[in-house]
Amino acid sequence: MCTMIARQVEVEGRGKGAGGWFTVRQANVSYDHPFSLPLEHALNIDFVNEAQGPGARVAVELTVESARTLVETIQAVLTRAEAGGYLEEDRAHA
Amino acid sequence: MNQTDMYEGMLAETVTMHGASGDVINAYFARPLGPGPFPGVVLIHHLPGWDEWYREATRRFAHHGYSALSPNLYFRDGHGSPEDVAAKVRAAGGVPDDQVVGDVGGAMRYLRSLPYINGKVGVFGTCSGGRHAYLTACRAKGFDAAVDCWGGRVVMSSEELTPKQPVAPIDYTRDLSCPLLGLFGEEDKGPTPEQVTRHEEELMKYSKTYEFHMYPNAGHGFFYYDRPAYRQQQAVDGWYKVFAFLEKHLG
Repeated sequence: MCTMIARQVEVEGRGKGAGGWFTVRQANVSYDHPFSLPLEHALNIDFVNEAQGPGARVAVELTVESARTLVETIQAVLTRAEAGGYLEEDRAHA
Repeated sequence: MNQTDMYEGMLAETVTMHGASGDVINAYFARPLGPGPFPGVVLIHHLPGWDEWYREATRRFAHHGYSALSPNLYFRDGHGSPEDVAAKVRAAGGVPDDQVVGDVGGAMRYLRSLPYINGKVGVFGTCSGGRHAYLTACRAKGFDAAVDCWGGRVVMSSEELTPKQPVAPIDYTRDLSCPLLGLFGEEDKGPTPEQVTRHEEELMKYSKTYEFHMYPNAGHGFFYYDRPAYRQQQAVDGWYKVFAFLEKHLG
């Protein structure tokens, strides 16, 4: 079914889409029908820039287990970087 | 049914039409060549978008003798590849029900305005389009038959209602104005067999004309040959039932 489970979060970064690198402004996270992953539902993340139209999109479709592992991995990497004093936001505020 | 010694031709193209609030949107249109008369069918695309499968389905209806029109329900959300546009709509929680009813009603009026329509127009949809087909058949007068293929969220809890989907379609059942065909899979999580039973009870309550078919060993989207949900036997039988139903009510 179409779950309509989706959230949008503002982010800052760059993404490489079909037309090359672009500034990413939003991340759309949904648990709904994927386009390519051969499952009925997936954890979908679209890094987009709405001001540049629907084509400014970097898409990933993940299994639930993969999505959970990704979240844990991102947190672990950031924790280690923070412990080492590498975080850019730390330097910016130093 | 086409015979091997018959002439066959088809016109398929993008057209523009008036949808909700009089907005101009585009639509994919396919019809047999010739003076007709042909019955009309509005095809409501699914959440994954106004995509290649829906173009093929539109031409399939034309091959079977229908003037078929598939409006782009995501026209207002920008243009790009069908996937990119659909991803944007997915993130936004879909399109508003009122807007869909207006667009699909506009597509019905477009078909009725054509000189080669036989006076009958049906509506067909899968997935979210199945839900929309049912919703529109209840809310927009003028359809002669409706086909709901595994439309989820016809039965909705109060927690599932949103500003875009403020009323569960099942609550409009009293107003259903045409015969209904429903095709579902036993393994579907939305609509579940229990939700389909609930829907059926409501149809019986209001003495509506309908036929529901629940396929074993099938889940959500068993017509989609490009997805793992495809089930060959169920899909072949389902398409047979779609065209038999429409022939009966639109022919």
